[in-house]
Amino acid sequence: MLNIGLSHFLSVSAILFVLGVLGIFLNRKNIIVILMSIELILLSVNLNFVAFSSALQDLTGQIFAMFVLTVAAAEAAIGLAILVIYFRNRSSIAVDDVSTLRG
Amino acid sequence: MIAALAFYVFAAILIASAVMVVTARNPVHSVLYLILAFFNAAALFLIAGAEFLAMILVIVYVGAVAVLFLFVVMMLDIDFVQMKEGFQRYLPIGAIVGGMLFLELLFVYGAWQFADDAQGLRMHPNPADVATNTQAIGRILYTDYIFLFQASGLILLVAMIGAIVLTLREKPANSRRQNIAVQVARAHAVTMKDVPKRAGLAELGGIIRRPLPAAKKPKAVAHDDHGHGHGHDDQHGGGHH
Repeated sequence: MLNIGLSHFLSVSAILFVLGVLGIFLNRKNIIVILMSIELILLSVNLNFVAFSSALQDLTGQIFAMFVLTVAAAEAAIGLAILVIYFRNRSSIAVDDVSTLRG
Repeated sequence: MIAALAFYVFAAILIASAVMVVTARNPVHSVLYLILAFFNAAALFLIAGAEFLAMILVIVYVGAVAVLFLFVVMMLDIDFVQMKEGFQRYLPIGAIVGGMLFLELLFVYGAWQFADDAQGLRMHPNPADVATNTQAIGRILYTDYIFLFQASGLILLVAMIGAIVLTLREKPANSRRQNIAVQVARAHAVTMKDVPKRAGLAELGGIIRRPLPAAKKPKAVAHDDHGHGHGHDDQHGGGHH
């Protein structure tokens, strides 16, 4: 219990992942919170990478976590930009009627 | 002992703030809890020994992404109360799916075992002769992973250009922007006057003014009349504006 090992990190990241998925379900209308939930999921993935990297004493996991971080940042920027122009068009960010845009 | 205690404290705060991100009524609070979650995740990274990644997490996520979220949340005028409906409706199915997922992850992790030759299959074992984690990462990031590193830079460039192109909007026609070329080329903007020396305002008969231009039409072109508001008073002695 007092020895922090791989399983502790994996449990925390599993809880974090599930919370992220739950957030997508709970906030079906609010796309900002959905994006934040995706960030949580990516954070839990990063935690997994780092945990395994630390357990195996292998640096590859940390390198890969950095690339995940890069892509997550790019995704957040693009997602929020799309959100802003969608809000300009519709004056709302309800995700339900996104399908009415039709190009 | 201290590390274990710190781990539990940081993990507890991380999970609690993640719960608050998902359930908070106000998205601004969600973003603030997200920042707290990232800070605590960075602390967990530190405990795991990934110092460089922990610092990067704080800089990139707290410094850039979370602030971007905060900015967008506050910029858009959104009816958040209406956003919240459906929360109760989707709670059962979300709980079911989340619970199933959690159980599956527990099964996977609970039976986790490293292969016998896992130690030998490592691609980049932690070097013993390097002092810091940052140095060790730099050694392999700029050699073995240089193409991936460049590609990630390219991804960031594409994301930046994409975000700018998506949100850039031409200014509406009636906005009064400064047109420097027109302003500089304006006739009679700066004039020289020959005034008697040692003459006060009383001898000159008051401040010398340029004749006012004809009253402008109501629908004047925006950039033709720039600078008129403060261009009328030719100061005594022929100053410049």
